[in-house]
Amino acid sequence: MDTLNYILEYIGLFFVLLGSIFLFLGALGIYRMPDLYNRLQAGTKASTLGAMSVVLGVGLMQPNWLIKLIVIILFIGISNPLSSHALARASYRRGIRPFFKKKMDDYESQIRDER
Amino acid sequence: MNIVIYIAIVLISIGSFLAFMRFIKGPTAADRAIALDTLSVIGIAGLVLLGYLFQRYIYIDLALVYAVLGFIGIIVIARYIEKAL
Amino acid sequence: MSAKTFSYSQYFYTVFIIFIIWYAFTTSLQPAEIVTGIVLSLLVAYITVVNFSCCNPILITPAHIIYFIQYFFVFLVALVKANFDVAKRVINPKLPINPGIVSFETKLKNNFAKMVLANSITLTPGTLTIDVVGDKFYIHWIDVTTENKNEIYKEIAEPFEKVLLKIYGSEK
Repeated sequence: MDTLNYILEYIGLFFVLLGSIFLFLGALGIYRMPDLYNRLQAGTKASTLGAMSVVLGVGLMQPNWLIKLIVIILFIGISNPLSSHALARASYRRGIRPFFKKKMDDYESQIRDER
Repeated sequence: MNIVIYIAIVLISIGSFLAFMRFIKGPTAADRAIALDTLSVIGIAGLVLLGYLFQRYIYIDLALVYAVLGFIGIIVIARYIEKAL
Repeated sequence: MSAKTFSYSQYFYTVFIIFIIWYAFTTSLQPAEIVTGIVLSLLVAYITVVNFSCCNPILITPAHIIYFIQYFFVFLVALVKANFDVAKRVINPKLPINPGIVSFETKLKNNFAKMVLANSITLTPGTLTIDVVGDKFYIHWIDVTTENKNEIYKEIAEPFEKVLLKIYGSEK
């Protein structure tokens, strides 16, 4: 029993470290990317997996809390893509256009049809 | 053992500082909303980690409430950006 | 959108879902908590059932559970890949991106399945769902490699949609 707890604790620490690295990279992406949509891409993906991994790591180190931590993980996994989708849609409809190296935009005609 | 958790907390703090810089700089309101969203997710992870460090279960409840409120806040901001309420 | 009518099966389904959410957020077995949860979910479901009834519930069979697990693993692999992809792009000092907005049509008809597909696409390498209009998905792609519709579909949606089609079928 003791050895199992020991092993779980090390696995948990690994997950915590990995998650915090991803959180850091997500924030770096938010800072460095050239426009809103690319920032959303970097921010959403990296911060979702980063937060999930940190929370799971704590859950492995402290198994009594695991149920509630899994609820947090599920909630982050559902809510984070939804909010980034809502932000992307809102800002496109408000007229903020993405940065293109070579223009490729199917959505513009859809918006024009709706008006 | 605890040194790994301190390293993680330092990384998370640098990350939240970078997101905060974007929050200050962000040319449009939507950029600021994105930075706020990322800050709140980082905050959830930080709360859970601090809860483990101090061995307090109440931090987990706080993180859950913060996640729900942050999500609702971002949805409201997105609505506001789209139609100006 | 579905017809905005009140039906008892839809009502109790909503009550059940709201109670599950309540229970997940409290996770305690004290009678007071459970009674409060039941009363509140009956009340909230009565107010909101007309707006919440977007999707028909499906019957879950053992085969579905296997597909759910399969979907979960497909999704997990894609999520981890997406993160290393983002990390690679962010660390690279030249920022190797070539963004564009592409579209494709889905074969799924169920609203809930469409939502799951959209969320999964957002969390996979280099793609972000901007809007869903009817059957059409609009995707912001960080690194556009092809403009051919079929290849776009194959690249972005196929691994998820294959599994979702097995669960929900292509009827409503």
